[in-house]
Amino acid sequence: MVTNTISVSETPQVLYALRRADDALILGHRLSECCGHAPTLEEDMALANIGLDLIGQARALYALAALREPSLEDGRANTEDTYAYLRDVGQYRNLLLCELPNGDFGRIIMRQFLYSAFIDPYWRAMMKSSDAQLAAIAEKAEKETAYHLRYTSEWVIRLGDGTPKSHDRMQAALEFLWSYTGEMFDTDEAEAMLQAEGMIIDASAIHDGWRTTVQTILDRATLTLPQSAWMQKGGRSGRHSEHLGFLLAEMQQLPRSEPGAVW
Amino acid sequence: MNKTLKATPPVQLWEVFIRSRSGLAHKHVGSLHAEDAELALQAARNLFTRRGEGLSIWVVPSHLIVASDPSEKGMLFEPALSKAYRHPTFYNVPEEVGHM
Repeated sequence: MVTNTISVSETPQVLYALRRADDALILGHRLSECCGHAPTLEEDMALANIGLDLIGQARALYALAALREPSLEDGRANTEDTYAYLRDVGQYRNLLLCELPNGDFGRIIMRQFLYSAFIDPYWRAMMKSSDAQLAAIAEKAEKETAYHLRYTSEWVIRLGDGTPKSHDRMQAALEFLWSYTGEMFDTDEAEAMLQAEGMIIDASAIHDGWRTTVQTILDRATLTLPQSAWMQKGGRSGRHSEHLGFLLAEMQQLPRSEPGAVW
Repeated sequence: MNKTLKATPPVQLWEVFIRSRSGLAHKHVGSLHAEDAELALQAARNLFTRRGEGLSIWVVPSHLIVASDPSEKGMLFEPALSKAYRHPTFYNVPEEVGHM
């Protein structure tokens, strides 16, 4: 590796922006892996569109993090690109849910559904943030995530209530992903500070609404909500699954080996 | 057909019409495959409005479109070619009217 890993001064505001940005970037990157591999051309475009929406959201949030991060000791400042390309696995702050390998089309749809059912009401609530820039990012993102939720809901219903095979695959995807959903609602001291200032909302307040949305769609899809209450966590503090390293290796290889490369 | 196959009927072809601005008519832009009307509408949005082309989308099952037979084009369309008087080009428009 030619280009060195950056250091990040993670004030609560920076940490918050990086967490939300990393969710969007990593999930967006996972969707980009589907490009050319979806079951039909129509769904290929749909997944790529969603991926592009998420990467756009990530850019806005990285730009915000760069704006709010104190300058480094040598006077350099981080940028969208250095956050994305020059942080190692342990510096990424995304949900474990977002980094899980794609699996089949059913699992891709289920993961996107579980995330969208959370992030859409989350951004809607964040439109009332006392921070004007965060409120603006939320307003733009919510229009996109509302569509992601609609798109994935329709597919969850059709695949769940489809053939015995598609039903079993969707149920298996749900069981596989379920223990990764709890992390979405976690909050910590850094976020509590921002909550107290009215800058961000408490993610755990979204939980009941999320559960109702998920239950409603799963009922129509004839799928069964898993009973297990045990939840994985670690992504928010940089403890990731082994999958993220491979993802970053692919995503970062070019900018790390050819610093400053442009189109 | 499999009885459990409720929500996923077989895929069919749909024609897509987009209205790009208020006041204009919906215009045919292409076709796509989808399992039902809702998914066809979603696919139309995903495929044909990525660059801000649309304000409104119509999707129509292709098999519901009744089309003229190309082999009858002589009978259907040629008689109109010799009737130039049907074009409104024989009126003198007073200059004060300007562009109509």
